Amino acid sequence: MTSPRRKGWTAALSLVVALALTIVPLPAAAEPFRPDFAALVLLYWALYWPQRVGLGVAFVVGLVLDTLKGAVLGQHALALCIIMYIAMRFHLRIRVFPLGQQMLTILMLLVVYQFVLFWIDGVVGTGDISLYRWGAVLTGTLMWPIATRVLRRLRLAS
Amino acid sequence: MPALKYSRPKPLFYRGPSLLTRFVLWTVLSVALMVLDHQRGALDAIRSVLTVVVYPIRLAVDLPFRVADWTIESLTTRAALLDENRTLKREQIENRVRLQRLAAVEAENARLRALLDSSAQLPDRVRIVGILAVDLDPNRQQIVIDKGTRDGVYDGQALVDAFGVVGQTVNSGPLDAEAILITDSDHALPVQVLRNGTRTIAFGTGLPKELSLPFLPNNADILEGDLLVTSGLGGRFPAGYPVATITKIERSQEQPYANVRAEPAAALERVREVLLIWPDTESLSAEDGDEP
Repeated sequence: MTSPRRKGWTAALSLVVALALTIVPLPAAAEPFRPDFAALVLLYWALYWPQRVGLGVAFVVGLVLDTLKGAVLGQHALALCIIMYIAMRFHLRIRVFPLGQQMLTILMLLVVYQFVLFWIDGVVGTGDISLYRWGAVLTGTLMWPIATRVLRRLRLAS
Repeated sequence: MPALKYSRPKPLFYRGPSLLTRFVLWTVLSVALMVLDHQRGALDAIRSVLTVVVYPIRLAVDLPFRVADWTIESLTTRAALLDENRTLKREQIENRVRLQRLAAVEAENARLRALLDSSAQLPDRVRIVGILAVDLDPNRQQIVIDKGTRDGVYDGQALVDAFGVVGQTVNSGPLDAEAILITDSDHALPVQVLRNGTRTIAFGTGLPKELSLPFLPNNADILEGDLLVTSGLGGRFPAGYPVATITKIERSQEQPYANVRAEPAAALERVREVLLIWPDTESLSAEDGDEP
């Protein structure tokens, strides 16, 4: 049966795996299309377990992500906090959306996420302004049905 | 069915700060962090704690690649190993011969420098370090090396490989260190044309195989194929390491400076191991000139 402690471990483990997937080396051509795994997993937990996985967790994951990617500290933390706030604010509504509509919501959230990253990159003066970064938004949206299926199974099993 | 344990009932209404309040709080905290971190060095303590936290994740991602390397190595046939051994021995002899001449030249150089009353260049201390197989921000040219401050690595340390300059460390944690390559769009490197000693600065372009030299005037004496070496100005990189060869020169009457491109000498995309350099501090000036 569901116990909060086991569920907590499941959430933590899924986040660590997502973080590892973020830095697994990919061929240079596929790299711009790497989905934002950490953002997807966080969004899932924000929708289905917002009591525990909230802004604090998003902030910590964001800081770890900043360190892993060598970005300025706080960049991913801010972007994740913003989309997590939107997701948690409307989680009861988004939860009952049909899959298509849910993917559309995720698409918009990922656009916001990527835009915040892009904006901070511009302010700090790192990175370039190529269109490549938006590839991750598309692949992330397409990953959503798979991610929810896997994570739902994990959530219900714990 | 176990006996019902007493547990606090789930509150019907959430108490505590509202979602919006918490959101504003975390946002302000993130922005404050970014502002502080943008001034290099302000958050070094937090950064080094965080690099230790993420080290296991980096190691776990790197592990399969290490295992694969090891497997390939241990499955190599005896004949192949013997063959490799033979070529390496031949190379070693050739290098020895070259070193003999180098020793004489170095002695001569030291004598001439003594005549000129300038400080002699002492050999640099080097150490081979591995590169972790992890990806960082795809928009930047960065690598992670598997040694950190615990092994004497410091920020701004030069990295070279067998062919030339690779880059410099930027965030060195206790166990590993991040380095930016010379092709990163944030990197600038003081260089010198080997043929005639013309000094200029080589900037990274963000492309993996291109450097740009924007400050060469149209009438500068520079040719395609010229080798650029580090000039040692700025104090980060020891002088005399190969950096790049000039690949393209475009001179146009409307522009005051020529558009010069160069290809890095180091095998930046294929390196798995690099050399860290601890320059001899006496031959370098103390100030830090070039920004990473």
